[in-house]
Amino acid sequence: MDAPAIVCEDLCKRYGTVAALNGFGLVAPEGAVYGLLGPNGAGKTTAVRVLATLLCPDSGRAEVAGFDVTSQPDQVRARIGLAGQNAAVDEILSGRQNLVMFGRLYHLPATVARRRADELLGQFGLADAGSKPVRQYSGGMRRRLDLAASFIVAPRVLFLDEPTAGLDPRGRNEVWESIRALAASGTTVLLTTQYLEEADRLADAISVIAAGRVIAAGSPDELKSLTGGDRIDVVLREAGDLIPAARLLQVQLGADVSLDHDTRGLSVPVTDRLAALTHIVRSLQDENITAEDIAMRRPTLDEAFLHLIGQQPPGDTASESSTQPAEVNTP
Amino acid sequence: MTVTPVIPRAICSRLGWAVTDAWVITRRDLAHWARQPGAVIANTLLFPVMIVLMFGYLLGGAMTVPGGGDYRDFLMPGMFAMTMVFGIGATLATVSADAARGVTDRFRSMPMATSAVVVGRAAADMLNSAAALAVLAGCGLLVGWHPHHGMACALGAFGLLLLLRFAFVWIGIYLGLTFYPNPEAVTAVRTFEFPIGFLGNPFVAISTMPAWLGAIALWNPLSSTVSAARQLFGDPIGAHASWITNHAVLMAVAWPLLLIAVFFPLSLHRYRRLSH
Repeated sequence: MDAPAIVCEDLCKRYGTVAALNGFGLVAPEGAVYGLLGPNGAGKTTAVRVLATLLCPDSGRAEVAGFDVTSQPDQVRARIGLAGQNAAVDEILSGRQNLVMFGRLYHLPATVARRRADELLGQFGLADAGSKPVRQYSGGMRRRLDLAASFIVAPRVLFLDEPTAGLDPRGRNEVWESIRALAASGTTVLLTTQYLEEADRLADAISVIAAGRVIAAGSPDELKSLTGGDRIDVVLREAGDLIPAARLLQVQLGADVSLDHDTRGLSVPVTDRLAALTHIVRSLQDENITAEDIAMRRPTLDEAFLHLIGQQPPGDTASESSTQPAEVNTP
Repeated sequence: MTVTPVIPRAICSRLGWAVTDAWVITRRDLAHWARQPGAVIANTLLFPVMIVLMFGYLLGGAMTVPGGGDYRDFLMPGMFAMTMVFGIGATLATVSADAARGVTDRFRSMPMATSAVVVGRAAADMLNSAAALAVLAGCGLLVGWHPHHGMACALGAFGLLLLLRFAFVWIGIYLGLTFYPNPEAVTAVRTFEFPIGFLGNPFVAISTMPAWLGAIALWNPLSSTVSAARQLFGDPIGAHASWITNHAVLMAVAWPLLLIAVFFPLSLHRYRRLSH
């Protein structure tokens, strides 16, 4: 087993009175897609900037690919790629000119830089647009060019700061496919996002960050189970049946039932899914209550996220409280 | 399969890296010329030429140069210097756009020489300004201006103008790195280019100004370069006797060196502050 690709311990970074990072820690194993999930202002970008050698932390320690980000930044820079929130490419130059320029700055010989640029244009579906100025690219194309630029030397660790923010669904899918392909080639990816779906689809492991510290870490499934287990959702035909049905299930299953009057829906947390399902169907039939729909489902990452963030005291007070991270899985 | 670029350790190979990296950044700017020659011509070349024609012919008829001489001969060195002033805005605009769009961060996250981003920028701007001077000089020759004191003095004058431009590069980089998070400030800074010119002697002789304004204009670093260029080209200098005008060439060297001494460290400081 290789050393972890990213290790950081107790990182702190203050801007005036605001703690952007407040004891941030993370361990990402080699080859994983690691998601950093959190609301706006949680410290995701600050964390990436520290790891990509762009920002000096006030205190704490961070290593990327085995090198310290503050004392060996050149070694780190030779092993990372970075794609930020806006496509950091030259608008006037063509896509190919951009890639050749960045390749030259990685000190590839001119012929190698040109060959690599063409390879990447092909790999990222930009071969036809290669000689057009970037100004004429769509949002998705720009992001893919940005990804291609961060992948010129196929880095050990790739940092992607909200790579799909502001893209339409099609652009987002294109970028997701590119990220999967990069991860499949063995690069460790650290991805920040505020889209839960994105973390769910791409990440092997996720850290949830709020007020500059990690409040939970684990695989998407592990995080989902933090909100409780599976649920069964029932939609009734008659709105008048809602209250009696809720009371019935509450007594029989001994669980909290939540109601939604607008959709005539009930939702019950369950432990043994199949047994509970049979039980619910039978009880409703016995009481002559007609269900239009019954579905078993796992909690979504959204629910887990809201649950975790909801537990956080608002504002900067989070930093003073002594809540320990709900460490589900220590990699 | 991941690849890791080798970081050179020996000082001379690191220096070699710094030079090639800076050259890549400079070439990026030259590629902009090739990509959109229209915009470059309009922004850096056409504008000064238009002002020469406007001041030379529209307003020039009403202008008399104190101490005698042709107004267009008086104007040309002023316009050369104004082109150097407009360069502040050009440097500022590129530096702040790169910083705001994350291009600077991408450079900083790459295993390239740290100095290359600024050095490459400075070299590109100097090349741009040299080209602008050449075009403007051609335009001057067309309207009847020409150097009177020979090639060596003319080259000396252009050298002083470019020295001033080199000082302005660092002011532009400093302002760009300071104001990049807010584009309104960048635009506001650019609107000060003309007042800098009017509070000096590029367009009118200092002796025609009220005393207090003349004092400001006299101590404007731009005025020394303009006076020095007028002397070296053998153009009318607008009859103004003062120590600073009598030592114009000396001051045209001293002022830019002073500005460089202030703004070079300031812009390096700003560049390093990006990581705090």
